[in-house]
Amino acid sequence: MDAAQLTQQMINGLTLGSLYALIAIGYTMVYGILRLINFAHGDVLMVGCYFAWFGAVQFGLPWWVALMGAMALTAALGVLIDQGAYRPLRRAPRISALITAIGVSFFLENLGLVVFGGRPKAFARPEMFNHIYQWGEVRVLSLSIWVPILTAIILAGLLLFIRRTRVGMAMRALSRDLVTVQLMGIDPNRIIAATFALGSALAAAGGVFWAMKYPQINPLMGVLPGLKAFVAAVLGGIGNVTGAMIGGLLLGMAEIMLVALLPELAGYRDALAFVLLIGILIFRPTGIMGEELPE
Amino acid sequence: MKLTALFKPGGLLSPGALPPASQSRRRDTLLTIGAALLTALGLWLLEQNASGYVVHMTCVGALFATLAVSYNLINGVTGQFSLEPNAFVACGAYVTALLTLSPAEKEASFILEPLIWPLSAFSIPLLPALVIAGLLTALMAFLMGFPVFRVRGDYLAIVTLGFGEVIRVVANNAQSVTNGPLGLKGIPHITNLWWSWGLLAVCLFFIVRLVHSSYGRALMAIREDETAAEAMGINAFWHKMLAFTLSAFFEGVAGGLLAHLITTISPSLFTFFLTFNLLIIIVVGGLGSTTGAVLAAFLFTYGGEWLRVVEEPMNLLGLEIPGIPGMRMVFFSLILVAVMIFLRRGILGRHDFSWRWLLASLGLGRGGRA
Repeated sequence: MDAAQLTQQMINGLTLGSLYALIAIGYTMVYGILRLINFAHGDVLMVGCYFAWFGAVQFGLPWWVALMGAMALTAALGVLIDQGAYRPLRRAPRISALITAIGVSFFLENLGLVVFGGRPKAFARPEMFNHIYQWGEVRVLSLSIWVPILTAIILAGLLLFIRRTRVGMAMRALSRDLVTVQLMGIDPNRIIAATFALGSALAAAGGVFWAMKYPQINPLMGVLPGLKAFVAAVLGGIGNVTGAMIGGLLLGMAEIMLVALLPELAGYRDALAFVLLIGILIFRPTGIMGEELPE
Repeated sequence: MKLTALFKPGGLLSPGALPPASQSRRRDTLLTIGAALLTALGLWLLEQNASGYVVHMTCVGALFATLAVSYNLINGVTGQFSLEPNAFVACGAYVTALLTLSPAEKEASFILEPLIWPLSAFSIPLLPALVIAGLLTALMAFLMGFPVFRVRGDYLAIVTLGFGEVIRVVANNAQSVTNGPLGLKGIPHITNLWWSWGLLAVCLFFIVRLVHSSYGRALMAIREDETAAEAMGINAFWHKMLAFTLSAFFEGVAGGLLAHLITTISPSLFTFFLTFNLLIIIVVGGLGSTTGAVLAAFLFTYGGEWLRVVEEPMNLLGLEIPGIPGMRMVFFSLILVAVMIFLRRGILGRHDFSWRWLLASLGLGRGGRA
């Protein structure tokens, strides 16, 4: 492989990786606070894509307005799921919450199949993402450049939010100690709702970019990115926002490089994430940036 | 009065005079044999009189009961929340089908790439094929166990889910062994009531015996508190491994029988969806209850058919409701969430059937406080 091809593949890996990172953050934030794998996250992403599709295609809104609207609606959906399904189980064994999350995931998928129909819908790329840049041998779709940039902006905003605002501080405190935080006058339910809202909005953004990259949407589209992003979150050390970004980028790069360097193994691409996951968990059971568990 | 006195013979909470252990065990064995004979008679009558459809569903029910009981051994009894049975069922189904298909059928099926050599040249009867499939699946579980049981809790769930995905991807891509996405066709339809219920009986025999032995108590100790169990001298790793491989064996065999019931298999049959259905079954039945797993498996199989009603057009109090295909699965997921929220321990909780309990509740047992 020559330098031009390598550059091109690096950019592809970066694009895919930043998508994984964007979705992985929702998993990691919820896990950090509730210790719950929100299996429905990928399906929340799918619903977010349909919101954006209705906005952009049915109502003819500009793409960024549709995206903002979809993020807001998806945030509301995230809060609704938390209040309806997870909140009654806060004191239940963690397995109950995990099973409920799987149930919610299948509920959204099947409701999506009933409401939206199983046939994929075309998701046209906005004009500004459809341009092809050419530098010498390197040909890159403008979407591939914009996705990492937009992701970086969103993530920088998120980090600022978590570090600097009171809600962000409360989130960090909550992930440390759920009981003491209540003594400090913080209502955990409101903070948890904010976490779900934020994570779901990011999932919607990730999903819309995903749908632009593979320009169609269907009710089961959230399954694969959801699973991969979860793996990315675990790779980076679940519960750790920086870890989720690292894990996402690592996974995206690894997948693109597998397909580029060993095309005969391209069919095994979807299994690579799990092979990586198992490999890393054997050596670092809490992920790359994860904290050591007390014995 | 000391609290323990309540439990002594004659005390308020005394379980009553127990019959000698040997006597009650002989009684239980006789009752079990009787019940088995009655079930066999019932199956024979069903086979003679019922429609092919009912017979088919009853076979499916028994296979799902076998799968649920085995899955419950690792998830409910041992408390290791794993999500891989679709991998085991797939392994059993493919191995059995590849062993029993005739060379001519295989040659006709494998269009894109021929089947690799030793498999393409022979076929063997179902029974040895099932045993081989079960053993290979158990071996796979054994090898999987080493990485899987290094992690606990949520990580265990996700690693096992990952293995399930890997197996599905392999089945999709290993063209020269599995025929890729096309799958295997023309598998002889051999599975009948006797095969499926026979497997359920064998599975119940082994798993109930295991659960009631000292191994079973060790498994439950691991479920309640792994660290404490280890402190009591239980080797948690090997006990988990035992439960895992045994459940894989039966899931593999059940997969083989499933392949010979539905006669066509492809990777899309063995997605996470299958695991999800089994999870619903064991959770609704009561995680940890073998009886609950069997009950819920049949409820699920027949209930799934009854729920077809919601997909058909209906007339509700003069209101025309058009049939909506796919509503069944929406209902299933809602049921799972509702069970988790309102009926947290499932139908039976952790209770299991025993003759002693039945006789006592009928007011017959000498052992019970009738």
